[in-house]
Amino acid sequence: MKKLFAQSYLWLLLIMLYAPIIIIAIFSFTEAKVLGNWTGFSTQLYENLFAGGVNNALIVAIENTLIIALVAATLSTLLGSVAAIGIHNLRGKRRAVMNSLNNVPMLNPDIITGISLFLLFASLGITQGYTTVILAHVAFCTPYVVLCVMPRLQQMNPNIYEAALDLGATPFQAMRKVIIPEIKAGMISGFILAFTLSIDDFAVTIFTNGTDGLDTLSTYIYADARKGGLTPELRPLSTIIFTVVLLLLIIINIRTYRIQKRKEAKL
Amino acid sequence: MKDSNFIIELSNLSKNFGDKVVLDDVSLYIKKGEFVTILGPSGCGKTTLLRILAGFGNASEGEIRIAGEDITDVPPHKRPVNTVFQRYALFPHLNVYDNVAFGLKLKKVSSDEIDSRVRKVLKMVGMTDYEWRDVNSLSGGQQQRVAIARAIINRPQVLLLDEPLAALDLKMRKDMQMELKEMHKSLGITFVYVTHDQEEALTLSDTIVVMNEGKVQQIGTPTDIYNEPANSFVADFIGESNILNGTMICDKKVRFMGKEFECVDVGFGEDVPVDVVIRPEDVYIMPHSDAGMFDGIVQSCIFKGVHYEMTVLTSDGYEIMIQDYNAFEVGQEVSMIVKPSDIHVMVKERVCNTFEGKMIDSTHVKFLDTTFACAECGYEGGESVKVEIDFDKVELMDNKEDGSLVGDVRFILYKGDHYHLTVRTEDGDNVYVDTHDVWDDRDIVGIKINAEHIKISKSAHDEMAQ
Amino acid sequence: MKWLNKLFTKRSSWSIPYFLFLLFVVVLPLVLICYYSFHDGTTGDFTLKNFEKFVSNHEAANTFIYSIGIALITTILCIVLGYPAAYILSNSSLCRSKIMVILFILPMWINILVRTLATVALFDFMRLPLGEGALIFGMVYNFLPFMIYPIYNTMQKMDHSYIEAAQDLGAGPFTVFRKVVFPLSMPGVMSGIMMVFMPTISTFAIAELLTMNNIKLFGTTIQENINIGMWNYGAALSLIMLVIIFVMEFFSDSDEDRASNEGGII
Repeated sequence: MKKLFAQSYLWLLLIMLYAPIIIIAIFSFTEAKVLGNWTGFSTQLYENLFAGGVNNALIVAIENTLIIALVAATLSTLLGSVAAIGIHNLRGKRRAVMNSLNNVPMLNPDIITGISLFLLFASLGITQGYTTVILAHVAFCTPYVVLCVMPRLQQMNPNIYEAALDLGATPFQAMRKVIIPEIKAGMISGFILAFTLSIDDFAVTIFTNGTDGLDTLSTYIYADARKGGLTPELRPLSTIIFTVVLLLLIIINIRTYRIQKRKEAKL
Repeated sequence: MKDSNFIIELSNLSKNFGDKVVLDDVSLYIKKGEFVTILGPSGCGKTTLLRILAGFGNASEGEIRIAGEDITDVPPHKRPVNTVFQRYALFPHLNVYDNVAFGLKLKKVSSDEIDSRVRKVLKMVGMTDYEWRDVNSLSGGQQQRVAIARAIINRPQVLLLDEPLAALDLKMRKDMQMELKEMHKSLGITFVYVTHDQEEALTLSDTIVVMNEGKVQQIGTPTDIYNEPANSFVADFIGESNILNGTMICDKKVRFMGKEFECVDVGFGEDVPVDVVIRPEDVYIMPHSDAGMFDGIVQSCIFKGVHYEMTVLTSDGYEIMIQDYNAFEVGQEVSMIVKPSDIHVMVKERVCNTFEGKMIDSTHVKFLDTTFACAECGYEGGESVKVEIDFDKVELMDNKEDGSLVGDVRFILYKGDHYHLTVRTEDGDNVYVDTHDVWDDRDIVGIKINAEHIKISKSAHDEMAQ
Repeated sequence: MKWLNKLFTKRSSWSIPYFLFLLFVVVLPLVLICYYSFHDGTTGDFTLKNFEKFVSNHEAANTFIYSIGIALITTILCIVLGYPAAYILSNSSLCRSKIMVILFILPMWINILVRTLATVALFDFMRLPLGEGALIFGMVYNFLPFMIYPIYNTMQKMDHSYIEAAQDLGAGPFTVFRKVVFPLSMPGVMSGIMMVFMPTISTFAIAELLTMNNIKLFGTTIQENINIGMWNYGAALSLIMLVIIFVMEFFSDSDEDRASNEGGII
């Protein structure tokens, strides 16, 4: 009885959380301009989206989003992994300072990150565009990469790096042959996380994308929504984004689940 | 260059982490082919010493030579030593074969030779047929064998072993000890072995180096260390022992437990405070008789497998631990004899606490970074002074707020009728305390010193200056 | 050259590039916010004018207070709705499935604009008017997962032996909850509050979309000022927001806890 009550409460909340997305998904399969009118099943909106004929700007925005996410996630993963190894080997006060500094971008609301970077670029006279958006994305993604790699380093036997040196490896060889294989899983998780965060971002992008009309999906949707009403093509697009994010998260969760399983098996 | 048969020469090594002195002027010379054990409690600096030898840490001062060559600044991957780590440190992403072959592959040895050498060492450590196993699937003992194989395949001049058996269970540990000893014999290379297990050290080594608080306490063969401990720390750390306060009356005559005893030690001077060590198996116990040197009543008697371990309260109020093949009942009156040659006399390292201090004003003195009230002593504010406090005048409090400074109990020595404690303050200074209260290792205590017990005299520096 | 090699070999120095990067993209920008907010945009002199303007300009101050009100309501609703959900999710006798947890966390990872537009669509679909009601619904809808997750996480990590100890000492189910579970879950609630309250005040674009541009929240005010070139005033408003975060952070004092939460989202 108690369990039934608890379960129905959870489902009620889930319905509330998912209702809007499900409605969008359903109405992405009809042609009506106004959401809520069902004019029969059609994949026309999807076709429009991919044909690009209707909306070339939208396709460009999608491309921009993906390129920025890919570059930013790659850079963050490299920077974050190197940083994590460094922080892991720091002691005492310096480590505390690095950890708090690493937390700041995660605690800052997006708008503060966005405005502060805008002020930075503006006062240094840097023209805003691709580079600044990528730099900004690396800024808020890297801390998450550090957090993904850090636990792997902590679980690692602290002596294996030294063991490699002891057996004649140069520091660089020890890093490549021993440390990197150990933290690879964390780096991959960090990359996926950074990629998702970058695709998702709106607030930071809009402050750093400059005036040349560099649009990512988020800024495109924002501009479109402000013009009043949803472009019908956004319905299939939202549905696709939702499905992709869903898939990505399932992959990440299966990965962590497998790693945990393997760890348990070892014990 | 000095011609010597030492393979390892450590001269005047010191190491500080910030203010903390981890190694304090350690010198150590190791002969080729020796099995040397560095023995000491955790935090004594033994692992730091080994790491400096392997090249993972730098000494703040001092010089290291291996086979006559100065390697003080040589990075670890260029040193002719290999290490077996405490928790094996096998590479988890490689299988047994690749772990063992790691060093040779880096040296670009031909794959045929790698193959034959890997097989040879795996056979040596009894791990044939395990080549392709995932190292994570091995038991602790097997992992340890692989770790040893991985180190010795490189044919180092010196093999360093950092508590290699600590993670194994008792039975496994005993077996591995024997195997290590065999391996040492057949390989003929120098082993430097670090452990906190005194029994292991006595079993395995040619030479034992006992360390405490970053200093070498004694270097000697297992027999020397056991029979002639250099000080009360070594006596307490190696084997069981009764350690008592005593006074050397004159050569071959020592007074402790309220009685005079004949001994074999000479050259201490007259009326010198000393520590007296008697091993529990060196006390002969018998039913009450006039032939005994001192009498007592049995307090407890426990069967230990081969012998019985008894505590006897002597008529003068000292507790003595005795091991004997015969059991005596609790409550029974007994008499005891100790042979002169079994009474080990050692110079006391200190007879009271001594600190450098500075007068704040004529009734306040600052030492151990804390200001204490003291009796009027005729010194002005700002003067440097020597502060002395007797061991039994330092009070320890349960609540750390009740003391003027806080410390934790580091080393407990039972002296028959009281405990001699070493209390480490938060700043890392030692305060020595005699007390009848029972404290546990690592207890956090408040340290209180009453004004009338603080003895102030002219600073040692001033005396020298004048 | 030798010291350079040594620098590279010492692994702790690998944090240096990131440290410099953080100085450039985190510390320096925050310093700039402070700098701009205390300087006059036209003359470049030191001034408190921007803050005076905030206090005297009723529109910004009102928006600020209104935003805090909305954020409070959102936060309270999120606790009321989210706490029981987190409790049920973490209680193995009530909910065994890990998929449920993932389902609750999933919406966190969908673009906030997409989610907001979905809410607008829902209100359109149900023929409900957009306005304050939609705003609060939208905010709760957007931020509920951010409340549930940290509470769930603390409860999940809670040592079950505390509960058993309480039961062993004679506490009934309600007492166990009141005296043990609730106090121990407080760090999670504090994290949740931080993750809901601040974003509610600071988001922009969301409020306009949900209210057909009728209601503005503080984040929007800041954004508008930056957009029309009032950098100094915008920076001052940002600084006010930063101070609130700092104060809240100081009182919640659960840095580490949240840090581990966020690392564990995936």
